Amino acid sequence: MRKLLLTLAALMAIEAVWAQESFPVNGVADPREGCYAFTHATIVKDGQTTLKDATLLIRKGKIISVGKADVPADAVVIDCTGKYLYPSFIDAYSDYGVPTPQREARQFNFRGPSQIESDQKGAYGWNQAIHTDVDAIRLFTVDEAKAKTLRSLGFGTVFTLQKDGIARGTGAVVTLAEEKENLDIVKEKAAAVYSFNKGTSTQSYPSSMMGSIALLRQTYLDAAWYKNSPPGEGLNLSLQYWNEEQSLPQIFDASDKWNVMRADRIGDEFGVQYIIKGGGNEYQRMEDMKATNASFILPLNFPDAPEVEDPNDARFVSLEDMKHWELAPTEAGAFEKKGITFALTTADLKDPKTFLSNLRKAMDYGLSEAAAFEALTKVPATLLGVYDKVGSLDAGKLANFVITNGPIFGEKTSFLQNWVQGIRYDVKNADWNTISGTYTLNLADASGNHQTYTLTVKNTTSGSIVQNDTTQVKLAFDGKLVKMSWSFGRKARTSIRLSGATTDSLWSGTGLDTAGNLLQWTASLTQATAPVDSAGRRKMPLHLGKLTYPMDGYGWDTLPKQQAILIKNARVWTNEAQGRLENTDVLVRNGKIAAIGQNLSAADALVIDGTGKELTPGIIDEHSHIAAASINEGAQSVTSEVRIADNLNPDDIQIYRQLAGGVTTSHILHGSANSIGGQTQLIKLRWGVDDTSLKFKGADPFIKFALGENVKRTTSSQNNRFPDTRMGVDQVFVDAFQRATDYENALKGPNGKFVRRDLELDALVEIMNHKRFITCHSYVQSEITALMRVAEHYGFKVNTFTHILEGYKVADKMKAHGANTSTFSDWWAYKMEVQDAIAYNASLMHQMGLNVCINSDDAEQARHLNQEAAKGIKYGGMSEEDAFKMVSLNPAIALHVADKVGSIKVGKDADLVLWSANPLSIYAHPEKTIVDGTIYFDVDRDLQLRKDISAERNRLIAKILAEKSGDTPGAGGPRRFRPSYEVLLSCGDHDHHNGLITVDYQDGDDDGK
Amino acid sequence: MRKIYIPLLTLLTSGYIAKGQADIYPAPAEKGKIFISGGTIHVGNGQVIENGSIEIDNGKIVQVGQNITPANGDKVIDAKGKQIYPGLILPVTDLGLKEIAEGVRGSNDFEEIGDLNPDIRSIVAYNTDSKITNTLKSNGILLAGVTPEGGSISGSSSVVQLDAWNYEDAAYKLDNGIHVNLPSFIPRPRRGFGPNRPEAGDDPTAKALEKVEELKSFFRQAKAYLAESTHKQVNIKFESVKGLFTGQQRLFIHCEEVKQMLIAVDFAKEFHFNLVLVGASDSWLVADLLAQNHISVILDQEHALPNTVDDDVDQPYKTPYELQKAGVLFALNDRHDETRYRNLMFNAGTAAAYGLTKEQALQAITLNSAKILGIDDRTGSLETGKDANIVISEGDILDMRTSIVTYALIQGREVSLDDHGKQLYARYKYKYGLK
Repeated sequence: MRKLLLTLAALMAIEAVWAQESFPVNGVADPREGCYAFTHATIVKDGQTTLKDATLLIRKGKIISVGKADVPADAVVIDCTGKYLYPSFIDAYSDYGVPTPQREARQFNFRGPSQIESDQKGAYGWNQAIHTDVDAIRLFTVDEAKAKTLRSLGFGTVFTLQKDGIARGTGAVVTLAEEKENLDIVKEKAAAVYSFNKGTSTQSYPSSMMGSIALLRQTYLDAAWYKNSPPGEGLNLSLQYWNEEQSLPQIFDASDKWNVMRADRIGDEFGVQYIIKGGGNEYQRMEDMKATNASFILPLNFPDAPEVEDPNDARFVSLEDMKHWELAPTEAGAFEKKGITFALTTADLKDPKTFLSNLRKAMDYGLSEAAAFEALTKVPATLLGVYDKVGSLDAGKLANFVITNGPIFGEKTSFLQNWVQGIRYDVKNADWNTISGTYTLNLADASGNHQTYTLTVKNTTSGSIVQNDTTQVKLAFDGKLVKMSWSFGRKARTSIRLSGATTDSLWSGTGLDTAGNLLQWTASLTQATAPVDSAGRRKMPLHLGKLTYPMDGYGWDTLPKQQAILIKNARVWTNEAQGRLENTDVLVRNGKIAAIGQNLSAADALVIDGTGKELTPGIIDEHSHIAAASINEGAQSVTSEVRIADNLNPDDIQIYRQLAGGVTTSHILHGSANSIGGQTQLIKLRWGVDDTSLKFKGADPFIKFALGENVKRTTSSQNNRFPDTRMGVDQVFVDAFQRATDYENALKGPNGKFVRRDLELDALVEIMNHKRFITCHSYVQSEITALMRVAEHYGFKVNTFTHILEGYKVADKMKAHGANTSTFSDWWAYKMEVQDAIAYNASLMHQMGLNVCINSDDAEQARHLNQEAAKGIKYGGMSEEDAFKMVSLNPAIALHVADKVGSIKVGKDADLVLWSANPLSIYAHPEKTIVDGTIYFDVDRDLQLRKDISAERNRLIAKILAEKSGDTPGAGGPRRFRPSYEVLLSCGDHDHHNGLITVDYQDGDDDGK
Repeated sequence: MRKIYIPLLTLLTSGYIAKGQADIYPAPAEKGKIFISGGTIHVGNGQVIENGSIEIDNGKIVQVGQNITPANGDKVIDAKGKQIYPGLILPVTDLGLKEIAEGVRGSNDFEEIGDLNPDIRSIVAYNTDSKITNTLKSNGILLAGVTPEGGSISGSSSVVQLDAWNYEDAAYKLDNGIHVNLPSFIPRPRRGFGPNRPEAGDDPTAKALEKVEELKSFFRQAKAYLAESTHKQVNIKFESVKGLFTGQQRLFIHCEEVKQMLIAVDFAKEFHFNLVLVGASDSWLVADLLAQNHISVILDQEHALPNTVDDDVDQPYKTPYELQKAGVLFALNDRHDETRYRNLMFNAGTAAAYGLTKEQALQAITLNSAKILGIDDRTGSLETGKDANIVISEGDILDMRTSIVTYALIQGREVSLDDHGKQLYARYKYKYGLK
């Protein structure tokens, strides 16, 4: 097979193979110099320098000189009059010639047994997704088919790697020559590559975005620690190679705008500036991209137009997806405009052959030719440290160049030849000579009779003959041989068929007439058709939709601003000693509550009439799982190293929906898949901002713990992860805090600086030092008591018991311990451990003097937490004010932010909700929701947005249909309608009531990467 | 969107068996007259009678109005200042079939193996001693349509009253409907390993249509079979759908998508069944079509997220209003697995907050439900001749602040409003010395 391929390749590669001295020759040695002179060419040396009528001289695969040079006697001279020479392109992120490992069919299943340890045999590290031992150079083999495709697109050099795992080892820079691999290498280890995707690793950990981030952070720490050869570790090749690879350029395959930010933050923490590979949606957040200071590698994989013909299918295609379809080609142009350095890649393209058409599309959408050229030559060469070898046409560099018949990005320009390391590979050599023009065609029969015609050649396939009438000629020209045929007269009784060869502009050959008589013929060019399209590209007028923040229909064109607001004459629920104030004004300034009183005025303020309405502090949800890329890292029982903050997702539509329900602050918790879950993040629902700006500034850090059925994996019949009982859960905590205690002592000890930094234990030490606080998923009384006793033994408190449906049974004990509580209003009987859950729980705990919150734990329930609080009146007779505090002041207290939010008090944050009626009534809904003095939800704007969404959807659907009307149906099979799935993450504790196209990712699902 | 139940994943069983509450007794049959006097009567058909009274005899309502005076010695329930409602109806539920939703497979009897199970009858597995039942009664829910799940034809539902010793006592209307689940026309992503992988396999539309054809074929053959009165071999499955063809049973089609509803309309046209859509979250898109074809709707879950990101934020909340406007006969349901169906009246309250009048919202959990289940001749409204299924609340039953049920009568019997939650509440108030 291999032989056969080589034979085929030899047909394409016209040049002789360079000899390798160490390889014996089977036959007679055939040494060649490979010296060529390309004369009279327009040579584009690099983005800045173009030489006219210049000569490129190459020898043995390298450039000898560029410009005016004496042509040595042994040079093969190639006249390039009218031709252009460019350095060939460099693909900055490919897997050319490197096999991509396939994941085994089995997938991680939360309910199945876990693979807790690595499958990789040998002296490697503990996690199977860290492939620092992989060097693409060892795996690389020439792939003729792919090489040919890439060369036809103008590429001569690629960066190639094995695209698998979180640390992907090193990639190599290789050329697209079809020589023995030994000769194709430009740089064997050009860069080290990372990603968030564990790829084929079957090991359970990490099972989440947060886990991937934690694994990377811990590995940086471990590698630094390993430099001192810690005696207990032995040889750890994974860490050794990690350290060796740090001196290379570091590339991070982020493939998504928020992943870019996540990667960049890891880089910042460990002093690494990654080169970041994007995913195509980065244009949506260019300010953030700029702030990374990174150079980028951008794919050109624009999404296919969604299927919208059937209106009942189109319903499930989101406006966001349609907008992305429209705007994705603006990405590269947006990077250019921002002044961000970027390279381009064919990566992610379903069909690499679409690269050039997509590139031209990117140019129509704002990318300049100059920037495109740089992004394919100098930039990738520089980023990969190979600009001394490739990326421009300079003496000493590899003879990697393309010969074209026009400006490189011209619509009608052909790549004629692509020379790689001094070896010629034809791309569309048939276009070398422009054959278009007028010829004098001379036919001679055997008796010497001559006939002369005027032949007009239009292109390589058609022409015409003039003799009285004009007759169409069928023509086929492949660069050397030509055949022509035509028939005079309609009935085609007479026909002439000719076959011949060309030498420059003279054609000659033989043929047959109708009767089968032999003919001889010549055709000589009299007038060449002037080449068109030398001016390059035409710009298409564009009418594009607006970027919004976020990109769905509820996003903002420009982010709303903090303003002075005066709400007049409302009933004000202060949550303070003065209770509810009738007919009262509240003035907001600089994001804070500035004044509360009657007859307030402020000339500069936006005045909102609150007559007949009720103003409350914003709702605070103590237990939420929105706005994150992953929620559960369930692969181990202790994962205190993972952080929700690392993977916030500010685009989550639930933020907007919950603002519409009056929520202003949410505590985003890790799920309940394990006993010690991840670090939580308090956010404010600032719809439209970026991930970092969502955070509630200055709030104490918290962590999620969990007890009971979920952590012992009750729904699994094959659980092999410790613990499997509440007895084991208790020991998980004892073990964790004992290890943390010993760790802290070791850190403080004389050899503290040699102690391995452990992110998992760091978080536990913070808990013991009262710097981090626990909110613990809990149901039954035994486990609640047991955890309090462990905490007391190790000198800290459980700050909050969340869910706590049997809290009423141990209210006295929790009170004595000093815990807060956060519960569901009336949930029960959805699993065994909630059989004794009662709707009177909140009221009873309140009567016992506990601080009681009502939480959602559910994106839908969060939309009416006011109603959930009101159930405290029905079940147990709470006062209205006490009931409302359960979703406002009480969670503020539990979360240690009552100095900032939770009540309406001068100086506190202006997080306010204006309700249409008593907020505890089922008939009430928010009319305005204000966070930090900024109106993020307004019922009037919402009504307008509904119209806008409808109009924008209609515009885009019409545009898609118009663009598709030219498609031939059935080409490549019918295209399948694909809905815009909405990913919803949850703790895995219970059922959820989601939309029709929601994908509910629960514990341990391999989500979001 | 309800999660698909995967029995294989919950093989774990437990020795726990759901027990009733030994100290909560079903009420004995009521002989003689009862008067409810002086409350605001919400008839259930839209009408409101202020300061009204109800006369009950032998478990039936005999008079409703303003000038009804009890005779000396008659039992009188003073409802002054209170709100009087028809007993609320939970139209489609796994009550009594599923005690503990997850993790205790032995407590579950709601889903049988197999695809075409029209002969499966929910009533025989209905557990009158479910602890959940009492928490519904104490919230005013007095009747329920107990429904099997799973497969393409799940079986038949029966309506039960919630105060009974055993299922035969509980039966209010046996086998009132056959339940069909239509396949989805929406491709689902493959689970795991990246969020957005579309299913590579078959075209869901082709698969769905194949399944629909299989269902139609079943009913066509059943019809032909039933046209013949004697059979050498009795087909139990065909026999069990007889009521659909005689008009005694309803066909409940569980579906959410418009395409499924178009298929349902097609069913109605071919078979002339009395058709009810269950779930039907996208029914607002085809409300006029449903009204024209006299297809009624049971909306499963008012408190739900919108079906798509672009939908109006409050779409599920206002869907009842849009059905009302189009003239669709619809009822509201509560299938919230975590609160176990006790918030039916608040689902109606939300519908009232988003367009319906309060009386329309009430009707959607009383008279409309009775009509759809085929029991409106006996219940669903406070009208003469109907069973005395009555709830008295301290205030507006649709609003959590005032939805406090003080009396409930089923067939004139004053039923216990005690439940597991109240008992544990009392127990721990006792522990802590609270009043």
